[in-house]
Amino acid sequence: METDNWRRNKRVFFAVSVPQLTWLLIFFIIPLAAVFIISFSEKRGIIGHELVWDWKNYIRAIEPIYLSIFAKTLLTSTAVTVICLLVGYPVALAISFAPRWLKLALLFAVTVPFWINGLIRTYALIAVFRTRGILNFTLEWFWSIGASVLAWFGIEVGSYQDLQFLYTNVAATAGIVYVFIPFMILPLYAVMERFDKSYLEAALDLGAGHWRTFFTVLLPLTTPGIISGCIIVFVPSLGVFFIADLLGGTDSLLIGNVIERQFLGANNWPFGAALSFLLMYLTFAALILYSIVNKKSKKIGGVDV
Amino acid sequence: MGKTVLSIENIVKKFGNVAAVNGVSLTIQDGDFFALLGPSGCGKTTLLRMLGGFDSPTSGHIFMDGIDITDVPPNKRQINMLFQSYAVFPHMNVEDNVAYGLRMEKRPTTEINQRVQEALALVRMEEFAKRPPDKLSGGQRQRVALARALIKKPRILLLDEPLSALDAKLRGAMQTELVRLQQTVGITFIIVTHDQDEALSMATRIAVMDEGSFCQVDAPRVLYEAPSSRFVADFIGRMNMHECIVIAEQDNGYCINAGGDMGEISVRHAPLPGVRAGDKIYYGVRPEKVIFSKDKPADNVGNAVVLENYSYHGDETLLYCRSQDGTLWTCTLTNDRRNFTPVNVGELGWLTWAADNMILLAK
Ligand SMILES: Nc1ncnc2c1ncn2[C@@H]1O[C@H](COP(=O)(O)OP(=O)(O)OP(=O)(O)O)[C@@H](O)[C@H]1O
Ligand SMILES: [Mg+2]
Repeated sequence: METDNWRRNKRVFFAVSVPQLTWLLIFFIIPLAAVFIISFSEKRGIIGHELVWDWKNYIRAIEPIYLSIFAKTLLTSTAVTVICLLVGYPVALAISFAPRWLKLALLFAVTVPFWINGLIRTYALIAVFRTRGILNFTLEWFWSIGASVLAWFGIEVGSYQDLQFLYTNVAATAGIVYVFIPFMILPLYAVMERFDKSYLEAALDLGAGHWRTFFTVLLPLTTPGIISGCIIVFVPSLGVFFIADLLGGTDSLLIGNVIERQFLGANNWPFGAALSFLLMYLTFAALILYSIVNKKSKKIGGVDV
Repeated sequence: MGKTVLSIENIVKKFGNVAAVNGVSLTIQDGDFFALLGPSGCGKTTLLRMLGGFDSPTSGHIFMDGIDITDVPPNKRQINMLFQSYAVFPHMNVEDNVAYGLRMEKRPTTEINQRVQEALALVRMEEFAKRPPDKLSGGQRQRVALARALIKKPRILLLDEPLSALDAKLRGAMQTELVRLQQTVGITFIIVTHDQDEALSMATRIAVMDEGSFCQVDAPRVLYEAPSSRFVADFIGRMNMHECIVIAEQDNGYCINAGGDMGEISVRHAPLPGVRAGDKIYYGVRPEKVIFSKDKPADNVGNAVVLENYSYHGDETLLYCRSQDGTLWTCTLTNDRRNFTPVNVGELGWLTWAADNMILLAK
């Protein structure tokens, strides 16, 4: 086999792969190992720590207070993923059906936030959510229209009371959704774009209404996009901290915030490292769960799209 | 048979300000095997999709059994479609694909199972019931799509270039198969094709389309032997077509002057509306009705020619000849004997035909 020669030629093989492996070693494996070792250390003094090889940090990390934060983080990420899916799916579908020029414009609109720093975008959301912010103004406007209509019928409603959005879980969740939704839309769109629209027409032709066409044809055939979108949103959203910091309230603490504070605020690197590794294990568990589910569904469907 | 099942009136479909289908009217009889034939981009698919309900016409009406179905959605029409891409659902096996339509009708399971078996038997796919579509060949996938559409017992089945993705051998087999199926189930077929052989051999009636309108709608034999326009004559089969001048109208035909060695010829022909003596019209002769010979047969008309070139096709040989006035002619020779070289390039001879084999074309 002519084409397999490079495999046998070890020197070429090494020459090609050494740079990448070095990169991986220096920037991924070594730091990760360092953090792993630190997680078995003990905080000493104000910034120092000493390797003691015990599980103290991990034991502390599974105290109820931290477990509840882990649980809250899981819950938030799940909610974020579900919201991203519910909003992103129709959007991706609409883009894939749009005429070409509109398609390009919409894809541009979806990707344009990538070009703007996440911090700036989050601050922009503060302007939306704050007490006298855009959201409250909008609601007030609708309220006044509604009130004047009701006044017509002689029903008096009071003036609009500003709602508290900023520094609540709602704002934090909305902020995370806002940052992650392109990561849901793009993989979904990629699958839908390749999806042969005549499947939908065939279903319709065979007597399925629009809903049943959706559930029996579109949904099963776009599942790969749903899965990859959910993973790409769920996994990184477990680790966000600055969004919850800026938009959330005191009870919006996520595990990412705790880790950040351990490293930067409390200067307790060993404990922060232990929390980080727990978060990583949690992520692995989620991915393993996914691959098991995925294998099963593949066996049922028998398709790779 | 013979009852009108579908009629369309003045259908127009515009994309922007381009009319893809430009005012066509048509009636289709129950049991017809109807073919829409035309060059690429002439609006065949667009018309078919409107019949299926996937697009709505810009103007005009579609009637089925006399009832206006122009605005009825596809899932409520007794019309099914065989898609060009087959659109066999990849996440269901053969059986589930075929059962899909009946499941949507919420039929009892026993009935579904029985009808699926029948439908699979009809297309000879029984042993593939449990296969996923990605493990089927193109022809098999098409049979699944066919069974899936036929199981709904539609009044009309629409087929958009069903055979274009198949190789020549399989295409021939499927042509016979489709005709057999259509006769078995008695469903009206409307098939889109740009393969004239396919249309001629399968259809009971053919509509030739060009640029969004119908040029001629007729039985295959009429279309081939009596085309009504130069476009149809040229589009279907090969045709030697040249200009001539009408000398006189006669009782059952015309006297024309075709020039060359032919002079004035009396041709028995159906009347051509609006054609008067002195008009310039066209005449055509099919290559298989032309004879190449050393001497001119007494009763035939034709030209002295020189054989310029020929192409060998196995069953026949096509001769390309040029007459003295410089016009090009083709003639087919049936290769009815082995070990026989019938012609040599540069050979002189006569290309002749019986005058009644001429087709006169006013437009
Ligand atoms: N969705 C559309 N938008 C704009 N123009 C269209 C659309 N669909 C078809 N057309 C145009 O309408 C004309 C007819 O198209 P149609 O697909 O009906 O041709 P066809 O006869 O089926 O050709 P083919 O043999 O190549 O399949 C073409 O010029 C095509 O470009
Ligand atoms: Mg077409």
